[in-house]
Amino acid sequence: MKISARHLDKITIFDISGDIDLATSPELRKALLRELRELKTPRVVLNLAGVRYIDSSGVASLVEGLKASRDVGSRLILFGLNRTVREVLQLSKLVKIFEICENEEQSVAP
Amino acid sequence: MEEIEPPNYGGSPPVRLCAKVRRADSILKPVEDLEYAGLLRRLPSCPRRDSVYYLDRRCVRKSASGDLSETKRVIQFLESEESALVSRGSLLLRMELPSDPEMLCVVRNALGELAAKLGFSEAECRAVVLAVDEAMTNIIRHAYLGEAERPIEASFRRIHVARDGKSKDALEIVLEDRGVTVNPEKLCGRALEDVRPGGLGLHFIRQSMDTVEFSRRWGRNQLRLVKFLAVQEGPRKGT
Repeated sequence: MKISARHLDKITIFDISGDIDLATSPELRKALLRELRELKTPRVVLNLAGVRYIDSSGVASLVEGLKASRDVGSRLILFGLNRTVREVLQLSKLVKIFEICENEEQSVAP
Repeated sequence: MEEIEPPNYGGSPPVRLCAKVRRADSILKPVEDLEYAGLLRRLPSCPRRDSVYYLDRRCVRKSASGDLSETKRVIQFLESEESALVSRGSLLLRMELPSDPEMLCVVRNALGELAAKLGFSEAECRAVVLAVDEAMTNIIRHAYLGEAERPIEASFRRIHVARDGKSKDALEIVLEDRGVTVNPEKLCGRALEDVRPGGLGLHFIRQSMDTVEFSRRWGRNQLRLVKFLAVQEGPRKGT
């Protein structure tokens, strides 16, 4: 998994690619929690277009990020969900709890 | 010692299951596991004890009186177990891996290719890969408590299973570890309405596979997963 950050005003966009599994999800979790709990960035956007695979540990990291965002009053937005990611989120029945946008433009819109 | 010659139904290797037929809900424990029918046509019998032999999905029961006959009751008994020990299909792939999270992608890639070769759809391939990944994640986290150098054995077989009155091809995956005993009561997952991290793995496995069986045998945890092929791909190979 590769994760890189871009900053746009008060928005941080994480571009994530590769596989999110037991080996790599701690890195995602750490990046999300730092951005939300420590830096208290008002809006954190995850670009998941390059994610080839995600498992329950990856979903758990996203849920932790979502909880952290609610705790600090930030927004966590996902976009670029491909079929694999969408299937897993639907299987977890968690797809409705996330704020999901179709593209980056929507996710950073005021 | 008296010897018997089991009927040759061909196909799967014979497995001598148990010296005594016990209650239908009891767990089968094989006393012998014979590799190939062709090599062991004559099997030693146990005087004064019932023996059950499993040959190519058919069962032969030899009673203490020496009568060798097929017994429907025993067939039902075995089908209720649908055990890996009796569903010996053709071995497709066998792996021995360390319990290192970095190895998960290796298994996913190999299994994805294997499932596609067997004729599973893309969605089914993703489901099988997800189930095995989650199962191995559970082994690493719960059975080995995060230790990265413990052994995990994975075997992948094409099996033939009677289901709904028809014979179906399926992929059987057996994962074994030597970790701590997993309490089956803890394998129940959690309610999905409870939004919190964790607890999704078993739910994913159950949603993705047709059969999920956990057992503890000879100091090992064994997880058996089966996914049926939706469409028959013609005659089986290798059996």
